[in-house]
Amino acid sequence: MSDVLVQVENLSRYYQNHCAISHLSFSLKAGEVLGFLGPNGAGKSTTMQVISGNLAPSEGEVSIAGHDILEAPRAAKQQLGYLPEHPPVYRDASVDEYLKYCALLHRIPRSQLATAVDRVKQQCGLEDVGTRLIGNLSKGYQQRVGIAQAIIHNPPVIILDEPTVGLDPIQNREIRSLIRSLGDQHSVILSTHILSEVQATCDRVQIIRAGEIIYSASTKALNQGHESSCKVALRKPVNLEELLSLAGVDHAEALEAGRFRVFFAPDANPDALVEAAAQQEWGLYELIPEQQSLEDLFIELTHSEESAAK
Amino acid sequence: MIWVIARREFGAMFLSPLAWVILAVIQTILGYMFLTNLDNFFVLQPQLIQLENSPGVTDLVITPLMQVAAIILLMVMPLLTMRSIAEEKRNRTLTLLMSSPLSMTEIVLGKFLGMMLFVIVLVSMLMLMPLSLYLGTSPDSGKLLSIYIGMLLLLGSFTAIGLYLSSLTENQTIAAISTFGVLLMLWIIDWVSASLSNGHSVLSYLSILQHHQSMLEGVFDTSDIAYYLLLILGFLVLTIRQLDRERLL
Repeated sequence: MSDVLVQVENLSRYYQNHCAISHLSFSLKAGEVLGFLGPNGAGKSTTMQVISGNLAPSEGEVSIAGHDILEAPRAAKQQLGYLPEHPPVYRDASVDEYLKYCALLHRIPRSQLATAVDRVKQQCGLEDVGTRLIGNLSKGYQQRVGIAQAIIHNPPVIILDEPTVGLDPIQNREIRSLIRSLGDQHSVILSTHILSEVQATCDRVQIIRAGEIIYSASTKALNQGHESSCKVALRKPVNLEELLSLAGVDHAEALEAGRFRVFFAPDANPDALVEAAAQQEWGLYELIPEQQSLEDLFIELTHSEESAAK
Repeated sequence: MIWVIARREFGAMFLSPLAWVILAVIQTILGYMFLTNLDNFFVLQPQLIQLENSPGVTDLVITPLMQVAAIILLMVMPLLTMRSIAEEKRNRTLTLLMSSPLSMTEIVLGKFLGMMLFVIVLVSMLMLMPLSLYLGTSPDSGKLLSIYIGMLLLLGSFTAIGLYLSSLTENQTIAAISTFGVLLMLWIIDWVSASLSNGHSVLSYLSILQHHQSMLEGVFDTSDIAYYLLLILGFLVLTIRQLDRERLL
């Protein structure tokens, strides 16, 4: 048995004539946390609904732990925990009742019911609200109940659609560390538009726009392997060519008076630039390293294509 | 699995005051009617004794009572069935059932059985009235059984129709009104048959209360049973198909 838990192949989904996602393909390995990023309406939620079996795909295939979601929905869904955009909680039930019901729906034997409920309550910080009605809980707590519901049967694959919406910063951090710890044993697909969340919790990022994956990389590579740039300010006017001739400089652009943005080749550092500045008395008074963050990348990717489309 | 959903459905009904109020109102009104019928029976009794093969207490008290009950319930059942699926759609809790390892058939049957448990409670409470007659006289037990089964089948078909119409919309009011419309139509569909010579039998076969009438009189006819079972089965299949279809939209 391979360790690929979720296999999505050539997946398309149309709402009447509107195409929500087109020809998506990706896979998820055991123990991996995959972050789904995209602007509103990019097709994140639709993709998750299709993977979880709530929507039928128009084209393509989804298989979960080797079970096709259309041909063997029951076996596939048993391997899956899903938190939709709106947590599917019954407002008129108490937290305990609700979690018990979810456990029974996922065929947890009655003898293990209490342990399963206690375990998720402890994992999601719900110990103190067990007897309260879900309708009377705050949005953050309802969200936690939603997460508890998704992990109660210990599924190998967990799909969370914007799990940290409506949480306060402390809860937010708790949920992130919960997701990280889930990632040790389970595979998690997570959608969000909070970019720092992806950097904090995910092993891999996929940015999707207008139903297509436009970027996919591991977050490690994202943090390291990118070309670095520096903002340089000089008192003496200097030609752009002079900067470009320096060792390690990939390209450069002139900004406002006396300022430049200098891009270095990967693994190069601004030694040559500083040396030249000192020798030729350029009057270097600012050297600010700029790291390309996920946010820049996100804005660059989603915007450039948008303007290209126009 | 079906049982888990049925239990939740049954329990959820009693979490809102609606179920309690419906039980209380129906019991009060029919209790009053029962006493009125019983009073009338006492007035008529001396004349009946002189008749040979005279109608008994079951025919004169219980059968008319249950006729009225059927019509009242025709108006009340839409209020009970309207929330079953429409509410789950509106609150987005249907997703929970859809992403659980359940087939659509299990979900629909669970919902139906949950409501049928309520119907059993309702009819059993109504049947306490005829059963109280055992204290003073001896009603026709066979007829009472036929009436009981007849009520369950009638309300079962009301429930199945209500369940289907609830699966079509997110709006509970629309579900209730359309269910009421369909039930009313199925009731009055044979009224026109008095003025029509042909087509008469088809229309009166379709009428939902026509079949009930014979069961109230103690006639246990397979064609009546088949009518109700087909109606229930048909609307349950339609509900399953409707929910399946929504995943494709």
